[in-house]
Amino acid sequence: MFGTYLRRELVNRRRQTIIIAIGMGLAIGLVILVNSFSSGVQNAQASVLQSVYGVGTDITVSQAATPPTAGATGGGRQNFNFGSGSGATSGGTTNLSQSRLTSSATQTVFADSQLATVQGVNGVAAATGTLSLDNTTFSGQIPGQGTGTTGASGARQGGAAAGGADGAGGSAFNLDRFTVLGIDPSGDSVGPLSAVALDTGRLLTAADAGTDNAVLDSAYATSASLATGGTISIAGTTFTIVGTVDSTSTDSATASNVYVPLDVAQTLSSNPGMLSNIYVTAASSSQVDQLAADLKAALPTATVDTQADLAATVSGSLSTASSLVSNLGTWLSILVLAAAFLIAILFTISGVTRRTREFGTLKAIGWSNNRIVGQVAGESIVQGLIGGILGIIVGVVGIVIINIISPTLSGSATTTTGVGGVAQRAAGGALTGGAGGGQGGGGFGQRGAGGAGFGAAAQQATTSVALHAPFTLEVVLIAVGLAVLGGLLAGAIGGWRAARLRPAEALRSVG
Amino acid sequence: MYELVNVTKTYNATKRKVTALDNVSLSIPNGQMVAVQGPTGGGKSTLLQMLGALDRPTSGDVSLGDSRLSKLGDHKLAEIRAKEIGFVFQGFNLIPTLTALENVETALAPLHISGSERRDRSQAALASVGLADRLTHLPAELSGGQQQRVAIARALVKSPDVLLADEPTGALDEGTRDEIMELLEGFWREQGLTLIIVTHDSAVARRAERRLHIKAGKVKDA
Repeated sequence: MFGTYLRRELVNRRRQTIIIAIGMGLAIGLVILVNSFSSGVQNAQASVLQSVYGVGTDITVSQAATPPTAGATGGGRQNFNFGSGSGATSGGTTNLSQSRLTSSATQTVFADSQLATVQGVNGVAAATGTLSLDNTTFSGQIPGQGTGTTGASGARQGGAAAGGADGAGGSAFNLDRFTVLGIDPSGDSVGPLSAVALDTGRLLTAADAGTDNAVLDSAYATSASLATGGTISIAGTTFTIVGTVDSTSTDSATASNVYVPLDVAQTLSSNPGMLSNIYVTAASSSQVDQLAADLKAALPTATVDTQADLAATVSGSLSTASSLVSNLGTWLSILVLAAAFLIAILFTISGVTRRTREFGTLKAIGWSNNRIVGQVAGESIVQGLIGGILGIIVGVVGIVIINIISPTLSGSATTTTGVGGVAQRAAGGALTGGAGGGQGGGGFGQRGAGGAGFGAAAQQATTSVALHAPFTLEVVLIAVGLAVLGGLLAGAIGGWRAARLRPAEALRSVG
Repeated sequence: MYELVNVTKTYNATKRKVTALDNVSLSIPNGQMVAVQGPTGGGKSTLLQMLGALDRPTSGDVSLGDSRLSKLGDHKLAEIRAKEIGFVFQGFNLIPTLTALENVETALAPLHISGSERRDRSQAALASVGLADRLTHLPAELSGGQQQRVAIARALVKSPDVLLADEPTGALDEGTRDEIMELLEGFWREQGLTLIIVTHDSAVARRAERRLHIKAGKVKDA
């Protein structure tokens, strides 16, 4: 009887059913869409973070950057010192080239004994240390000394010097820069290489420790015309390229341009026994905050960042989308949902009022209050569920539209740890400047890698991610849950009103 | 058997208290056919609600057999209405969205009987009022007389001890009125019901064994 009565009511009071279902459907659809969009944005954020920090990294440990001291090898201004005998001279032109491998300007290196400290903290499942470096190569040609004289103004009056890059006494300098990451070659379960996929060749293995073997980011390799089997010069040492890697994240590059064994990186950069970052995986995701606190206690001078801290560093349109979802989207969903619930409740109460005579009659023939409340609640829940189904359809259509449009969001993870370096080649700016003798203006061509120019305060890993809004079981459960909740709310209030009707009064109202 | 002892029912109107039943004492034996007459506002419907366990008196006692209706809770009263009392209303009070058969089935829903038995008994009840061919019709597709037949079938399908009819012919023409009254009388005789009819119609009242007159809340045998 319950089912028959319910079906007849919904079918014969079609208009009310349709209005409630549409209201609930639109609201639930919006909630699904916002939820799915939010998941997509979170996935995109994770993608950006993974490209920098790797998969499974819960916590990173680093040292805050400190101002460089005189004579420090890491960070600070790039100095290239050429002695009188530097360079090879031929045809009146001196060719100079010097390569330096230094720790990133935005960080401070620390002793690798801290890795053992980290590994000794309770709750650490895995930890690995890396050394983030910049390799900068300064090369150029200087023509032979011209015959110019110094004028009254003090400016050198260029003579007709021979040689130089343009054959007329001009000079040309190139600055080639790329990021190098020293990694523990014995494992890639945690750290930047956990978020890469092998493109060509092989990854570094434990056997590569102490060897001049390197793995390159495939995008960087392409841009620098390098390939597996070839070589790359790092700090004047020739490395064999044993493989190239891609990011597992769509459209993003890996954490560094070049990966070399940690011990080699330490030696070449004159940072023996030093690290710039430690990547930590917690034994339990629920203990991340506690573990971060324990690590902070164990390493008081260290900067300890959790994934939540790292997520806050994501900026760009991805960040804007995230803010939009968490602010406007959430509030809009709540408002529309509240409006839909209110509509359902008002329609149900209105229906109960209109059916006073009906419920009075049913009470007169022996229906209990519980049975009538159950009938009203059942009708409301089914209306809500129809709204839920409609909501899923609306939500899925919205999700499909988002995925067809697939908006590209860019995100930048600002890394104080210095592990930046998505392969971006910045065209060198044409800076004018006197260099050497004569009239020659010198052109400085900078091949920047890592998206950071000289003097950048921090490095950024800029990643473009095509937003994909996922449709998950969770979304369906949200829809069903909201539908039932809306139906229950409306049914409970409507049923309570129906139960309050005294049969005599209900019948008196018609008799 | 109904037993009313010093039953008073008052309502709080906007500015004054209305006494619908005023110290009514009354006995109605099982199987009696009683007509209740009186002016509008005299207390006829209130008396019927007391007899039908739809309301409780302000004071006094109403009993049906061993059940003291004035002392029972809502749940128990609903149970008594479901099993022992059938109602027929002037406006038929059928559920507009349900078919004739389904309307009759609503009376059996609280009795927790199987769906097939419910359908069989409802079909038989509709057949007994001459509507075997109207099972799937909605109330709006039936005439007034047919709707009242459905209402009678709904009241009788559970084989009640008492049938209370509030102006059962009030909305019908004369010819249909007689048909309905013959139907009710037939069931009363066959099933040994206690049949209590509230009516303005003297022609209907004259068919009853006993006639009660109610005026200003006071009941007396006519």
